[in-house]
Amino acid sequence: MTFLIQQTLLYAVPLMIVALAGVFSERSGIINLALEGIMIFGAFVGVLFVHVMQTAGVFDEAKAAGDWIALQGFELLAMLAAAVMGAVFSLLLSFASINLRADQTIGGTALNMLAPALVLFLVRIIANQNTLQMATGDAASWFMIKKTTLGYSRTDDLGFLGNTFLHKVYLATYVCIILFIILSIILYKTRFGLRLRSCGENPQAADSLGINVYKMRYAGVTISGALAGMGGFVYALTSANCTSNGDVAGFGFLALAVMIFGNWKPLNIAGASLLFGLFKCVAAAYSSIDINGDGVYLLAQAGISSHFYRMLPYLITLIVLAFTSKKSRAPKAEGIPYDKSSR
Amino acid sequence: MKAKLSAFFAKDGAQKLLASLLSIVIGLAVGSVVVLIVGLANPAISLRGAWEGIRLIFAGILSTGRDAAGSLTWGFNPTSMGNMLFRATPLIMTGLSVAVAYKAGLFNIGAPGQYLMGTMVTLMVALSIPTTVVPPALVWLIAFLAGCLAGALWGALPGLLKAFLNINEVLACIMTNWIAANTVTWLFDISNFKNLVESTKSGYIYKTTYNGVATAKLGLDKLFPGSQVNGGIIIAIVLAIAMYILMNKTTLGFELKACGSNRHAARYAGIKDKRNIVLSMAIAGALSAAGASLYYLSGNTEFFWSTYQSLPATGFNGIPVALLAVSNPIGVIFSGIFMSMLDIVGLQLTNLTAYNEYITDVIIATIVYLSAFALVIRLMISGRKKRRMAQGGKTAEPPAPEDEDGKGGEPA
Repeated sequence: MTFLIQQTLLYAVPLMIVALAGVFSERSGIINLALEGIMIFGAFVGVLFVHVMQTAGVFDEAKAAGDWIALQGFELLAMLAAAVMGAVFSLLLSFASINLRADQTIGGTALNMLAPALVLFLVRIIANQNTLQMATGDAASWFMIKKTTLGYSRTDDLGFLGNTFLHKVYLATYVCIILFIILSIILYKTRFGLRLRSCGENPQAADSLGINVYKMRYAGVTISGALAGMGGFVYALTSANCTSNGDVAGFGFLALAVMIFGNWKPLNIAGASLLFGLFKCVAAAYSSIDINGDGVYLLAQAGISSHFYRMLPYLITLIVLAFTSKKSRAPKAEGIPYDKSSR
Repeated sequence: MKAKLSAFFAKDGAQKLLASLLSIVIGLAVGSVVVLIVGLANPAISLRGAWEGIRLIFAGILSTGRDAAGSLTWGFNPTSMGNMLFRATPLIMTGLSVAVAYKAGLFNIGAPGQYLMGTMVTLMVALSIPTTVVPPALVWLIAFLAGCLAGALWGALPGLLKAFLNINEVLACIMTNWIAANTVTWLFDISNFKNLVESTKSGYIYKTTYNGVATAKLGLDKLFPGSQVNGGIIIAIVLAIAMYILMNKTTLGFELKACGSNRHAARYAGIKDKRNIVLSMAIAGALSAAGASLYYLSGNTEFFWSTYQSLPATGFNGIPVALLAVSNPIGVIFSGIFMSMLDIVGLQLTNLTAYNEYITDVIIATIVYLSAFALVIRLMISGRKKRRMAQGGKTAEPPAPEDEDGKGGEPA
């Protein structure tokens, strides 16, 4: 059970934060199809940051001394770098779709093609292979929080909650959850959030009340880019052992599906991403899941092909969308370039 | 002469052409800048190496390798040319697929999935009908048509979801892509088409030549010796022309385009909009699958079956092909050939310099990005012309009719 919860969270948290990235963009009126591309770029920047810092030996002392607080700070810095560069990368989308009134679907697709191409091009030149890895060690030894890092001995039993949430976890997971809550409150309970949302519903009315629609949309897409970039790195850190190879396994697109399924509302998105995280987890680790701990691997013994489990997240997405799309309520003005002169 | 030229530039089609050419030039320039920056930042690459990279980006198709002194040599390279045409074949087809759907108001990002389904059915049919009983040419035809049918059915799926359940076709296409990738892997995994004879490589399906099925060369191999080119390119061009006629000269094409411009107005005019959405996705699916069929029926290509983690780039590259051609089926022929030329350029870069083929993907992405605001570029072109006319003191011609394709055809 502990394993199942931890694995589900590993998949669900990047999905959740990237889906929220989608919400910020779409609620301001810009379709952000580029989530996948921004994630790929963010993952690359984060991993590159870790790689460069390790090569420079900045955190070697902290690592040798077992100073885990400094190492967690290192992780947060890498997340910040990924977020900043994700925001910068997303400016390409906001510039095209806000200033040049371009087709947002095509602009997003362009970014989705640009990110893996650019990342692979650079990774091949930097690392002479198709994957950029950490310079030394792996994600678990540098960044993972374990019983021993917190001062407990190997044999201590922390109880169910302690074992699940304090042992073999990443700080990034919790940072994302806290950010998710803070940003959801900002979106719904502050003046800025209200203005942002109004630009996605009726930009003309918002403009007539003195809100700068262009600025709001820039803000929406930039926040979106920062979150997606950070989410990309968190995915790379927790699920891909802090490597970057120009691929995040379709997580950006899954996050879009989560966003639509969650009806563009944070609380629903949190639920939806947990559901998808569960299915992703089942698909990735069905053969080693022991649900009630009696040593029987039910899913592995059910005789269903592994291909089916891999297909499951996508199949479920389609089925769920089929049931919910009639009710779904997208922001009214999303996808429509704002033109002051039109009514 | 000058008047004739400006009349030419006032034409809508000419402006589209000019905008596309401009996108290409800017794309190549961006690629060159990236090559230059990397060359300057990387001590392992000399300035001469960067300059070679830039020259290859612009004219890699004419490269013939290096001479004994180590400098690049240039000239007509029949192998590159032939391979360019061979690789253009599936690109033209996926480009047509995206273009037709785009004209009907749908963004077909599902081409990779349709391409995979076409691949699977074509290979299975071509390898399972014994050529000792049925003549190979007939097997070829059956395999091709079966592949198209599979693609049409797979393409119709997101169409149905869009028409009847109001699911965004972009999302439905992305999901069906991955479902297709898993299905293809699954079915090949339990099939007996896996190539176990040539033990040097694993994970591939038999070539169709194993069963004696291959596309006719039609003498093209004489024209481009040493290359993989075959009759497929001619079939692709014929199909592109057929699509042009279908979209522009028939009632069905008109109805599809009407749905694309304004679905609700089309329904008001008595056009069955739901049927047309499904139909246009089915046609798009069949075209993508036809590209896969032509590629794998050539006999000298192998399919890597364990594909559940990756989607074929040929499918995605249909998007830039279609955008560069402004969704014009005839234009798709040329943009498809251009994209495959970039492919060859990438190979030359990997073989001859310290750079790698991914730079061509950067160029393609830049072109897609630019085509997102093709409308703005076109306005810029016509705006400059108008200004120049005003300065010349002539009476300005009535402005060219605003093009609706770029604006009205976008999916909701």
